[in-house]
Amino acid sequence: MKYSAFRLIKEALTGHKGWGPQWRDPDPHDAYDYVIIGGGGHGLATAYYLAKEFNGARIAVLEKGWIGGGNVGRNTTIIRSNYLLDGNEPFYEFSLKLWEGLEQDLNYNAMVSQRGILNLVHTDAQRDAARRRGNAMILNGSDAELLDTDGVRAMYPFLNFDNARFPIKGGLLHRRGGTVRHDAVAWGYARGADQRGVDIIQNCEVTGFKIENGRVLGVETSRGFIGAKKVGVSVAGSSSRVMAMAGMRLPIESHVLQAFVSEGLKPFIPGVITYGAGHFYCSQSDKGGLVFGGDIDGYNSYAQRGNLPVVEDVIESGMSLIPGLGRARLLRSWGGIMDMSMDGSPFIDKTHIEGLYFNGGWCYGGFKATPAAGYCFAHLLKTDRPHETATAYRLDRFMTGHMIDEKGQGAQPYLH
Amino acid sequence: MIINHPLLGPRDAQEFTYLGDASLINRPYWLSENALREFHDYLHLRDNPAGLHRELWFHEQGDRSWLVVTRDTTTHEITKVELARDVARVNRAAEVGA
Ligand SMILES: Cc1cc2nc3c(=O)[nH]c(=O)nc-3n(C[C@H](O)[C@H](O)[C@H](O)COP(=O)(O)OP(=O)(O)OC[C@H]3O[C@@H](n4cnc5c(N)ncnc54)[C@H](O)[C@@H]3O)c2cc1C
Repeated sequence: MKYSAFRLIKEALTGHKGWGPQWRDPDPHDAYDYVIIGGGGHGLATAYYLAKEFNGARIAVLEKGWIGGGNVGRNTTIIRSNYLLDGNEPFYEFSLKLWEGLEQDLNYNAMVSQRGILNLVHTDAQRDAARRRGNAMILNGSDAELLDTDGVRAMYPFLNFDNARFPIKGGLLHRRGGTVRHDAVAWGYARGADQRGVDIIQNCEVTGFKIENGRVLGVETSRGFIGAKKVGVSVAGSSSRVMAMAGMRLPIESHVLQAFVSEGLKPFIPGVITYGAGHFYCSQSDKGGLVFGGDIDGYNSYAQRGNLPVVEDVIESGMSLIPGLGRARLLRSWGGIMDMSMDGSPFIDKTHIEGLYFNGGWCYGGFKATPAAGYCFAHLLKTDRPHETATAYRLDRFMTGHMIDEKGQGAQPYLH
Repeated sequence: MIINHPLLGPRDAQEFTYLGDASLINRPYWLSENALREFHDYLHLRDNPAGLHRELWFHEQGDRSWLVVTRDTTTHEITKVELARDVARVNRAAEVGA
């Protein structure tokens, strides 16, 4: 079913009785050409592009719960192309370009909103770093503008400019960055993939791999064995658990990241603001809630909920940047499990097992990557070669010395 | 989270900083034949289990001792706390004995 204004009017006049389910609920076949494990944003996008761009046939997405129940439905919805390093920025720029055409491509309203992201700076050194990053972004075809204090004040007069310790000295504005309705991304890709014949199989947990003579032959699941010529793993926070079933240890730790939303308020934050002197970033959803978050809790976790010290840290940072925040009531908070890699950058790569491919290590920044990660993973699955924007995302890069460490923190996931 | 320090009793986890998997105590031998591979694995690869995890915490705002905490990563429940020094001695003894 195609969505259109005409269709909406017709349904409005006939009691909205004609909207069918957006995707089928098929039983798994005995075997597929491609099995994608994980029905998050990345897994669904991979299946979609595999079917649409790479003529992949007989594709299944296996999801242990329901699609969109993982990080794709838990993030703070920010998309941006403002990375510094060569291994990253072309990839994220490719992703942002895909976001810009996504809704037409999917015929689905994902509420892509390029409302601009402002990274605040508070010191001379931060301004220099922002200028350098801005130049790197522009060189890679992205956009960046350096604002002075007055420029920031014109956009966000309510910020705490004269904080004695961390005065606001300007900011790096990335106008094409913004937010997207995260659930709609999962649903839109699911619908698009389903329309192209992909089987989306929910409540189907992968419990093991069948590997013979160094080649994967299929997966054991809670719904029986499913044969596959190629298996792509895209399970975010569960990466280590799933790859352990293939006997692999990954350069990844799982950590919990929390997020928060306030009661609905009248529009007062038009874009996304990130604090340069504390762990805090904030935007306002179209329903009016302030959506904000900060740092990961900082210890290994699979619990999908965090602890109070980080709640306090985030709210304190928020109050020191936006004093008006203190008048808003918090509605909810939640956590998601991040696949934190050793250099803060992701992997889209083959493994040493023939036919087994891995996409993960996205840390707290994989939502913005969803379209490009899906596209590049599909490219790799189909052609056995990395897409030109994803050549650096190798699993062996710590051995060869080609780390992509945006923050320069070293092999300490809790610091990325 | 409350960490029951073997010397100081129950302390708020906020007094500590986290390092990671307690296998980091077992640094490879720098002259071993496969030193490059061993250090790569030591520094970068992790078991990252869902369930019981032995991990290093540093009592930075306390007595500055390193602890090995056994914690369930699915519930955050802490079941055992040892001085890292004691764990390292046991590890060493096992190595020498073997
Ligand atoms: C609080 C929070 C805020 C964030 N904010 C941002 C942001 O602002 N911008 C940004 O770019 N990124 C952000 N992220 C990160 C982003 O959400 C993730 O990097 C991204 O969603 C991960 O890819 P995914 O959507 O495929 O993951 P998921 O949605 O987690 O998909 C993985 C799926 O695999 C399934 N699975 C696991 N094990 C198995 C198994 N054995 N068998 C079958 N299925 C299995 C899971 O059930 C899950 O549905 C945030 C994350 C969190 C938690």
